[in-house]
Amino acid sequence: MTTMSQAALMDYDEALARYEPVLGVETHIELGTASKMFCGCPTTFGAPPNTQVCPVCLGLPGALPVTNRAAIEGIIKIGLALNCEIVEWCRFARKNYFYPDMPKNFQISQYDEPLCVDGHLDVEVDGETYRIGIERVHMEEDTGKSLHVGGATGRIHGADHSLVDYNRAGIPLVEIVTKPITATGDKAPQVARAYATELRELVRALGVSDVRMEQGSMRCDVNVSLMPRGASEWGTRTETKNVNSLRSVERAVRHEIERQAAVLASGGRVVQETRHFHEDTGTTTAGRSKEEAQDYRYFPEPDLVPMAPSREWVEELRRSLPELPAARRRRVQREWGLSDLELRDVVNAGALDLIEQTVVAGASPAAARKWWMNELSRRATEQGVELADLPITPAQVARVQAMVDAGELNDKLARQVFEGVLAGEGGPDEVVAARNLKIVSDDGELAAIVDQAIADNPDVADKVRGGKVAAAGALVGAVMRATGGKADAGRARQLILDKLGAS
Amino acid sequence: MTAITRDEVAHLARLSRLALGEDELDHFAAQLDQIISAVARVQEVAAQDIPPTSHALPLTNVYRADEVRPSLTPEQALAGAPAAEEQRFRVPRILDEEA
Repeated sequence: MTTMSQAALMDYDEALARYEPVLGVETHIELGTASKMFCGCPTTFGAPPNTQVCPVCLGLPGALPVTNRAAIEGIIKIGLALNCEIVEWCRFARKNYFYPDMPKNFQISQYDEPLCVDGHLDVEVDGETYRIGIERVHMEEDTGKSLHVGGATGRIHGADHSLVDYNRAGIPLVEIVTKPITATGDKAPQVARAYATELRELVRALGVSDVRMEQGSMRCDVNVSLMPRGASEWGTRTETKNVNSLRSVERAVRHEIERQAAVLASGGRVVQETRHFHEDTGTTTAGRSKEEAQDYRYFPEPDLVPMAPSREWVEELRRSLPELPAARRRRVQREWGLSDLELRDVVNAGALDLIEQTVVAGASPAAARKWWMNELSRRATEQGVELADLPITPAQVARVQAMVDAGELNDKLARQVFEGVLAGEGGPDEVVAARNLKIVSDDGELAAIVDQAIADNPDVADKVRGGKVAAAGALVGAVMRATGGKADAGRARQLILDKLGAS
Repeated sequence: MTAITRDEVAHLARLSRLALGEDELDHFAAQLDQIISAVARVQEVAAQDIPPTSHALPLTNVYRADEVRPSLTPEQALAGAPAAEEQRFRVPRILDEEA
C-alpha cells in the first residue's frame, strides 16, 4: 500500500452517530502594512523574485530588526475585535529550525507570551449561534516562498532542488488559534467554515488585511480529532494544512471525520501527524509525522525589546474600531426590516455590501435587495461568477431604480437595462438611450396607440363601453404589445377608459 | 547527576544538523555538562522573586513608523548565494518536510 492510496472512509452520518468531533483552527493572516514586520522592505504581492529584500529579512550578519508599529496596531485591533485581553507585557521569541524558507534559520514569533489572549467569536450555522473560543493571537513574520524544481507535480516530493524567493519573508503575520471547538456534532464542518468566514469578514472590516485566501494572505490549518460518543477523553488529532478556501475548510473537516472514523472503527489508531489537503479531490494525505515532536528551541528574541502596550494606546485603538460585521448585520436587519432568514440569504449571497452601497446611492432597501437578490443573483449564477464580480456597480443599480421611481422605466424595462449594462453596452442612461427603452408616457403618442388598439378590438371595446371595465385589460395588453412593453400601463388604462366613456 | 545527558546532546546535534560521531558525542557531552553546571551556579544566586533576564536594556516599546525604505537589488541580494537560478536562491532539495 502506498501513502497516496485512497484512505478508507466511513459514511458521514454513521461516523457522527458513533463519534463526536473536536476541532481546532489555526489561521494565519498577512497584515496589509506598507513595509515588512522588522524592516522597511515593501510588501507588494506578485513583485519579481527577491526585489523586496534587505539585510534584515535576509538575515545577513549584523542586521537588526525594528518592529513595525502599524503591524502591532493591526494585531491589537484584531485582538480587540475578537474580545481578547491585550496583555500588558510580552516578548518576541525565536523559533529555530533549519528550512530554507527562512534565511535566518529562525522565525521571529511569539511563544509563551502572545500579545492577545482569551477571546471569542460568535458564528451562526442554520440559525444557531456557536461561540468559538480564541486561545491566542500572536505576532510573527511570514516565510519565503519555495519553488520545487524537477518533481512531476511541482510538489516537494521528487524535486531535484528548490528555488527560494524571499519577498514574502518578513511580512507581518498574525496567527489566530481557537480553543478546542466541541459539541458541534454533525455541524462540525459547517461551524469550521462559518468561523473562517466570520473571521475573514471581521479582519476585512478592520481594514488591516485584504484576507485573500487565493493569494495566501489568509491561510487555515484545521485540527480534527474524534472520540466515541459519551467519552470524555479526546482522541488523537491530525492537523490539516493547505486549506486555502472557505469551502475547503468545510471539506477538509468532513473528510477527516470520515477517514478517522474508518480508522477507529477498524480497530486502528489515528496517527498524530500533519496532513495535506488536496483541492482537486477533497481528500487529505499524510505529511510529516508529529511522533518526532518538533523541537524549535524557542528563546526570547534578544534583538527586540519587550512590548508593553499602554492601556491608553489599547483604549485608543478600541475607540478606532469600525462597526464590526455582527453589529452591522443587526443594524441593517433592523433598518431594512428583514427576517432572520432574509438576512441570512442576503449574507450568504454576498449581497450585504452591494445592497448597502445601493441604498447609500439612493435606492430604497427593498428595491436594492430585490434587484441584487433576484435579477442580478440569477444572472451571476448563470455566468458562474460571484455577485460582486458582475460588471455592474451599486450606483448603476440605484440609477436604474431611480428611473423606475420616476416612472421612466417599469420592472420589465429595468431588466433589459441590466442586461445591457452587464453586456458592456454602457451605463444605465446609455443603455436606455441606445435601446430606446423609456416608457411611452407622452399622451399624444400613447393616445394614437390606444386608438389603434380600440380599432383592432371592436368586440372588447363594446364590452367596456357596456360597463365591463375588467375587459379593458385586454386592450391594455394590446397597447403593451404594440409598444414592446414600454407603455405606462396605468396611464394606458386610464386613456382607454376615458375614450370609451367608462371611467 | 549530570546537567545534560549524552542522548540530549545527540538530539541537539540532530536539530542543529551537526553530524557528530560517537566519540565526539562522548567528548562534547562531558564538556557541555561542565559548562551547563558552571552556568547553573547563577541560579543558586537568584532569589525566587527575580524573573529571568532576557534583555539587559531597561527598554520596552521600540517601534518604527510603517515606511518603505529601499531594498537591495536582486543582484546584491543574490551576490552571496552559493547558487542562484531564475533570480531565486537555489537550495538542495528538502526531504521529508513540506513547505
